[in-house]
Amino acid sequence: MPEIIPSDNVGIVTPQRHHFTTALALDCGRVLPQYELVYETYGTLNKARSNAILICHALSGDHHAAGYHHAEDRKAGWWDNCIGPNKPIDTQRFFVVSLNNLGGCRGSTGPISLNPETQRPYGPDFPIITVRDWVHSQAQLGALLGIEQWAAVIGGSLGGMQALQWAMTYPDKLRHCIAIASAPKLSTQNIAFNEVARQAIMTDPNFHEGRYYDYQVIPKQGLMLARMLGHITYLSEDAMRAKFGRELREGKLNFSFDVDFQIESYLRYQGRSFVDRFDANTYLLMTKALDYFDPASEYDHNLSAALAIAQAKFLVISFTSDWRFSSERSKEIVKALLDARKKVTYLDIKADDGHDAFLMPIPLYFSALKAYLKTVADESDEITH
Amino acid sequence: MKLRTDLALLSDWIKPHSHVLDLGCGDGTLLAHLRDTRSVSGYGVDIDENKLIRCIEAGIYVIHSDLNKGLSQFSDKSFDNVILTQTLQALKRPDLLLLEMMRVGEEAIVTFPNFGHWACRFDIFFRGQMPLSRALPNEWYRTENIHLCTLKDFEQLCQTLNINIMQRAIVDTGHRSTALMRLLPNLMGEIAIYRLRLMPKVNA
Repeated sequence: MPEIIPSDNVGIVTPQRHHFTTALALDCGRVLPQYELVYETYGTLNKARSNAILICHALSGDHHAAGYHHAEDRKAGWWDNCIGPNKPIDTQRFFVVSLNNLGGCRGSTGPISLNPETQRPYGPDFPIITVRDWVHSQAQLGALLGIEQWAAVIGGSLGGMQALQWAMTYPDKLRHCIAIASAPKLSTQNIAFNEVARQAIMTDPNFHEGRYYDYQVIPKQGLMLARMLGHITYLSEDAMRAKFGRELREGKLNFSFDVDFQIESYLRYQGRSFVDRFDANTYLLMTKALDYFDPASEYDHNLSAALAIAQAKFLVISFTSDWRFSSERSKEIVKALLDARKKVTYLDIKADDGHDAFLMPIPLYFSALKAYLKTVADESDEITH
Repeated sequence: MKLRTDLALLSDWIKPHSHVLDLGCGDGTLLAHLRDTRSVSGYGVDIDENKLIRCIEAGIYVIHSDLNKGLSQFSDKSFDNVILTQTLQALKRPDLLLLEMMRVGEEAIVTFPNFGHWACRFDIFFRGQMPLSRALPNEWYRTENIHLCTLKDFEQLCQTLNINIMQRAIVDTGHRSTALMRLLPNLMGEIAIYRLRLMPKVNA
């Protein structure tokens, strides 16, 4: 944490936890009789309870979206550049809620949690969670906080899918749906990448069919490989070249399989540090949730029909260099919304950062988000029921 | 705020509560005007991000897109009206976009600066130079207008494309339409405004 907290930072935040005892029926057919969600909030809920924003996280995200946990905290929350006073998601005007999704490994009930029936970690017995299951659990969290209708539900990537699902599952419970760098379903290529990542984890000798907690080991190599592969797909070729080029780490070739190039060193570092903070079973679950998301499939593969029920206004944003969730995928969402005559605004932001762009403070992107959210905040102020 | 000449005029041609697509919508002035005065719904389309942000600020729904790439994100006959103001002459293939407009809308409204206006002819004929006027303010090397046309050219194109001209208004940049303009539109008109409809297909 910097010595003096900048005026546009939410400062020190404390995660909260709630134990839900209402059973949650899941898409897979199983029921979670009880579960916990960990969440953080920033800003103040107004009297009319009309200024709440839900932040949905992507694959490896969690509830810690902004601010610092303590004075020695080195890094701020994952979307700190976007959430705070006078930032696009302005905490002077909005009450922002961010949670760790079910199945996560940062406090919400997931594979590392104790299964109350066996008193052992769930591990591979944890049910496969879908985007819709998340939305149902998030609705419970909204109810707990006294939020009848979100001013906006916002997410990037897998988070954008949750925002879209919100608009379809609870049409009257959100006024705006903001889906950034997202897609109406994964492409075959995307599913293929996810499968390679999962295979890397599941074939690690330390995986033990997901029961690695019992052996007090973790499938480090597999998780690391999965993350390295992920990282390659999140960056664009240009961004990678600009950042690393073919630069050599020691200024010479070593004629060995150790690290020669900077990019190798970077990927290994990213992979290794991921192992320290993320659970392999959660990674498997999250990638499955991604693969399964396909709301149009229940409507004869007509996305417009799937979205017809939505009442929210939509903001869809994509990035030109994102090939993992390309602009074309966002345009599919936009076309479906246009066909359904929904209120939608779409921007395709020029950016070199690939899929990661949705986390970057790209000026035009943030200006657009800020302008849009200002109208949302004004609208929230007008509601005084 | 005073609405630009051609925009004020074409607004009268749009029925209340219509669903409208405004191509090259800029800062959304026309759509905001139509929304506020005629309860019109719809979207703007533009390529300039900064203009899109102005639209967002004005509460206008906009789609970021390059008109030179067509209107593939819009379905057939999904709009009552498709509007293209002062943009036709800046397109790579105006004819292709016109056809796209007729595909997605029941009707289209197009406005453009008339290159047949006497001042343009005067500049070319006597000065031997590309015209500069209120309607065409930039020099040839930095103008966005790459496909300038006269009323006659445009009307010929419509005929070729099987497009019916339902209505035409010829004005100067000050919103005026004089008797002389009505008498000699191609010579006296600075800005042309057309209401278009695709001709019904006749089965032989």
